[in-house]
Amino acid sequence: METNNIISPENLVYKKTSLLTDKILTFCPGCGHGTTHRIVMEVVDEMGIQSEVIGVAPVGCSVLAYDFMNIDMVGAAHGRAPAVATGIKRVYPEKFVFTYQGDGDLAAIGTSETIHACNRGENITIVFINNGIYGMTGGQMAPTSLEGMKTSTSPYGRNVETMGYPLKITDLIARLEGVYYVSRQAVHTAAAVRKAKKAIRIAFENQKLKKGVSFVEIVSNCNSNWKQSPVKANQWMEENMFPYYPLGDIKVGGVLV
Amino acid sequence: MPELKLMKGNEAIAEAAIRAGADGYFGYPITPQSEILEYLMVEDAHKRTGMVILQAESELAAINMVYGAACTGKKIMTSSSSPGISLMQEGISYIAGAELPCLIVNVVRGGPGLGTIQPSQADYFQSVKGGGHGDYRLIVLAPASVQEMSDFVPLGFDLAFKYRIPVLILSDGVIGQMMEKVDLFDQVPRATEFDQSWVLSGKTHDRPKNTITSLDLEALDMEKHNHHLQAKYKLIEQNEVRYEEILCDDAEFIFIAYGASARICQKATQLARDKGLKVGLFRPITLFPFPKKEIFARSEKLKAILSVEMSAGQMIEDIQLATKFRVKSEHFGRYGGVIHSPSEVLEAMENLIKSCDNGNK
Repeated sequence: METNNIISPENLVYKKTSLLTDKILTFCPGCGHGTTHRIVMEVVDEMGIQSEVIGVAPVGCSVLAYDFMNIDMVGAAHGRAPAVATGIKRVYPEKFVFTYQGDGDLAAIGTSETIHACNRGENITIVFINNGIYGMTGGQMAPTSLEGMKTSTSPYGRNVETMGYPLKITDLIARLEGVYYVSRQAVHTAAAVRKAKKAIRIAFENQKLKKGVSFVEIVSNCNSNWKQSPVKANQWMEENMFPYYPLGDIKVGGVLV
Repeated sequence: MPELKLMKGNEAIAEAAIRAGADGYFGYPITPQSEILEYLMVEDAHKRTGMVILQAESELAAINMVYGAACTGKKIMTSSSSPGISLMQEGISYIAGAELPCLIVNVVRGGPGLGTIQPSQADYFQSVKGGGHGDYRLIVLAPASVQEMSDFVPLGFDLAFKYRIPVLILSDGVIGQMMEKVDLFDQVPRATEFDQSWVLSGKTHDRPKNTITSLDLEALDMEKHNHHLQAKYKLIEQNEVRYEEILCDDAEFIFIAYGASARICQKATQLARDKGLKVGLFRPITLFPFPKKEIFARSEKLKAILSVEMSAGQMIEDIQLATKFRVKSEHFGRYGGVIHSPSEVLEAMENLIKSCDNGNK
């Protein structure tokens, strides 16, 4: 079959949501950001809330999320997205407001903003990408880097005695009264993507209930900075990240699972 | 109908915020300005107008809540005092870069560091030269009375929206804490329509998506954005200079002072006039834009200028630049939380006059 034939409209079984712009994604091949961007936008599309949604982009690899997502968005300072989202949601309680943050942004420099926005029970959605490393700045140790993990700032492996332990921020947040829904997912297989999308859908639908924060962690790879091939990185993630950050629902309807 | 009330400066700011139709206030307690947040809570501003009031977990969070809320095109403000304003500088730089309108109040206390809770004017440099990282300016308004604490809230919002710029009300612990009568303006309704060319309210089919950011990874584009910002600051310098003159017409010597120091110099001017000295007071109301041309124009007929500020001498540098050093300009001020008295200020002026007379002999 000719290429033109393959991509002819009648043969299309899948197409990009119009809520992603035509700008070419700048993420590394095999990275989970592109997929997560897509499923977040698919959820917004399927809910028909484009005109009601305001997104907050972080500092990190997804700093340019607003170039790819075809919605109103603001770029926050490093770590401050939950405070920025709080400001928007408080003056626009009827809008859908979400943050999209990485592990350095959410669990290191923005820990205070994250915990307090969660504790106040802001009616926002937080999408948290955890790949255990600082991607954009070139592979430095993150709060979520695993014990023994080699990064450019832990070149001999993370020594927990001097560098602290990998932070399970999601488990910490799940215990706060202001948090209504917490789920940890992945996007490295088709099945995982379907589950992750379902969780993100719930996290957006929950904003209508006004019962507090809905939080979805996506455990992802950073094959470039882990210095592995995309396939190898996903294997490594399954073998090393998932045991420490197990997938599944952590809090549903305000109740710990 | 005008409503006269006896109020603290901080309370006047809070009441004015409600009446000006502000949509949101995000703040964190710090002396000597906590009355602003307290007043908004006691008054139940939300019930009165629907205004959102939120106590943040830090000044850092507060300014970023302002950043987020200001993205919607609504009238948003915060307030703090010196150490808290330092903590906000990152956010203020982002707001300036992203060109969002908002109102920030600094009720200045003595520093550096944790300093003291007593009044000061030592945040002048931080306020008028930008404050955070990058090339940017704020419009800086310096109230010298409780009345102006009230009046500068709607003025500040107007300027903030006119130029899409953060406006800073640079007050001090004296003006914030002292009580005076205030003529309160009538309630202004909160806005219901917002400029869809830039605000975040959800992308509708009839307009492109709006993005608010201070980032541009292309240096040439970032330079272009900086040119645009600088052009805006030039325009503000042309259009928005505000000042007041008291007994300046025949004056040979003038005080230049703002805020609480202007009030003290007003008294000292009277005392000097009683002694037959030709002294006047020039009070900058906008510190950025600084009344450079106006001061330069007057400098030729003056024998000397005394800049009075509760600092080790900050505004004096702008005065010397404004006068191009063609008239003798000196600084006087108590600082670190100490307030100079009218008699101290008068003595400093008399010494300056004496030194000029000796120079002429």
